Amino acid sequence: MSLEIYLDLFSQPCRSVYIFAKKNDIQFDYKKISLFEGYQYSEEYGKINLLRKAPAIKDGDFYLAESVTSCSVAIMLYLTEKFHTPDHWYPADLQKRARVNEYLSWQHSTIRPHGSKMMWFKLLIPKAFGTEIPKEKMDNAVEDLNSSLNLFEEKFLQDRPFIVGDQISLADLVAIVEIMQPVGAGMDVFENRPKLKAWKDRVRAEIGAELFDEAHQAIFYAQEAVKTMDPEKIEHFKPKILRYFLS
Amino acid sequence: MAGRQAVKAYLDLLSQPCRAVLIFLKHNKIPHTLELVALRKGQHKTPEFSKLNPMQKVPVLDDNGFVLTESDAILKYLATTYNVPDHWYPKLPEKRARVDEYTAWHHVNTRMHAATVFLQEVIFPNMGQPTNPAKFKKALTDLDGTLDMLENMFLKRKPFLCGDDISLADLLAVCELMQNSFDCLFQPMCSGRDVLKDRPKLLSWRSRVQSALSDSFDEAHSVVYQIRQKFTAKL
Repeated sequence: MSLEIYLDLFSQPCRSVYIFAKKNDIQFDYKKISLFEGYQYSEEYGKINLLRKAPAIKDGDFYLAESVTSCSVAIMLYLTEKFHTPDHWYPADLQKRARVNEYLSWQHSTIRPHGSKMMWFKLLIPKAFGTEIPKEKMDNAVEDLNSSLNLFEEKFLQDRPFIVGDQISLADLVAIVEIMQPVGAGMDVFENRPKLKAWKDRVRAEIGAELFDEAHQAIFYAQEAVKTMDPEKIEHFKPKILRYFLS
Repeated sequence: MAGRQAVKAYLDLLSQPCRAVLIFLKHNKIPHTLELVALRKGQHKTPEFSKLNPMQKVPVLDDNGFVLTESDAILKYLATTYNVPDHWYPKLPEKRARVDEYTAWHHVNTRMHAATVFLQEVIFPNMGQPTNPAKFKKALTDLDGTLDMLENMFLKRKPFLCGDDISLADLLAVCELMQNSFDCLFQPMCSGRDVLKDRPKLLSWRSRVQSALSDSFDEAHSVVYQIRQKFTAKL
């Protein structure tokens, strides 16, 4: 198999790539990695991906990866071209395509970091440091996420079934995996947001409930997994946590 | 494209992504009109502008009723809609993927850290807003890390970020890493800081990009200069 994809399904961008590849019957060698085990720091992985993040792909001699703080965008765009996936994922119509790009661009500094933060604040940081996040910090983080979700509903969804129109696209896929992340931390983002919930149900149906749920296993069991996790495992994340979140 | 009307670009030339859009429009001779939005005067928060863009941000592109935000989406749209040279946003999937890879990474790396440094060092003090020294120090360190990545991962043995030719990636990056020359036209909003000072590899990359864009850089500069003339003439 010439296409290898390196994934850890705990990570949102990995989930979108996984769902996309499976949904479009793209044949690939699924290389499971565990970011918590620190595999990304191994010499082997360094050859695949200098950024030492996931997801990453190796298509013959072509390597492609992005920082986990960005997302899986370039990889999926590459796959749409290479494997000629159905048009609705990344429409040939330039204005529709621009709408997809617009969402993919906007979400980098909004939904993505705000959603991710919840997992860290509610589960991983308390586990790593044995302390809770101060209330004010937590409230601000929740507020940021809520503002982003409001903008998402008002600007990107509006009255449409999907972000770009009548059909699902990469924008919806990237959006859903990010919005599901805080759910894993025990936060019900769909509560009091019927529009968002309806959209989520639509997206899950389009992807296929089985594939969607399979990809989100790690999320559904996140609280459980973190509870039983050996704190030593996240030891190596401590300096990063301090820099990114607690400074 | 015959009879196609000019696009309208809503820009604040103090904003780096706005400059990238302006330079691209000029360099590729894409018919356009400019609507200047002064962020420092709060013009992005007016009811009319909010109607155009509820996000209250610039740049915004209006292509005959099709309104688009986000600089990288705008640049990609322009590159694919107009007949621009392929190297800006190559059609070949592997080459295009490299540009997409950079533009995705750019948001929370080059842009985020360079913008924070600029805000803390130049904008906030000039607008009488409180600064955060700890945040500034952290942003400088983060920016340093980003510059390491630019050199070691993207540039490596290539003349431009995504290959042998200039692309949208270089345009977006260079606007964040200019020597604040545009901002110096709005004296005293100038820090004099050149973050590329001790990095010969990045300095030569920047010169290369500037040469490739020389005319359009000057044109964009002249627009800024004209604004300044009007501004100082009023005093």
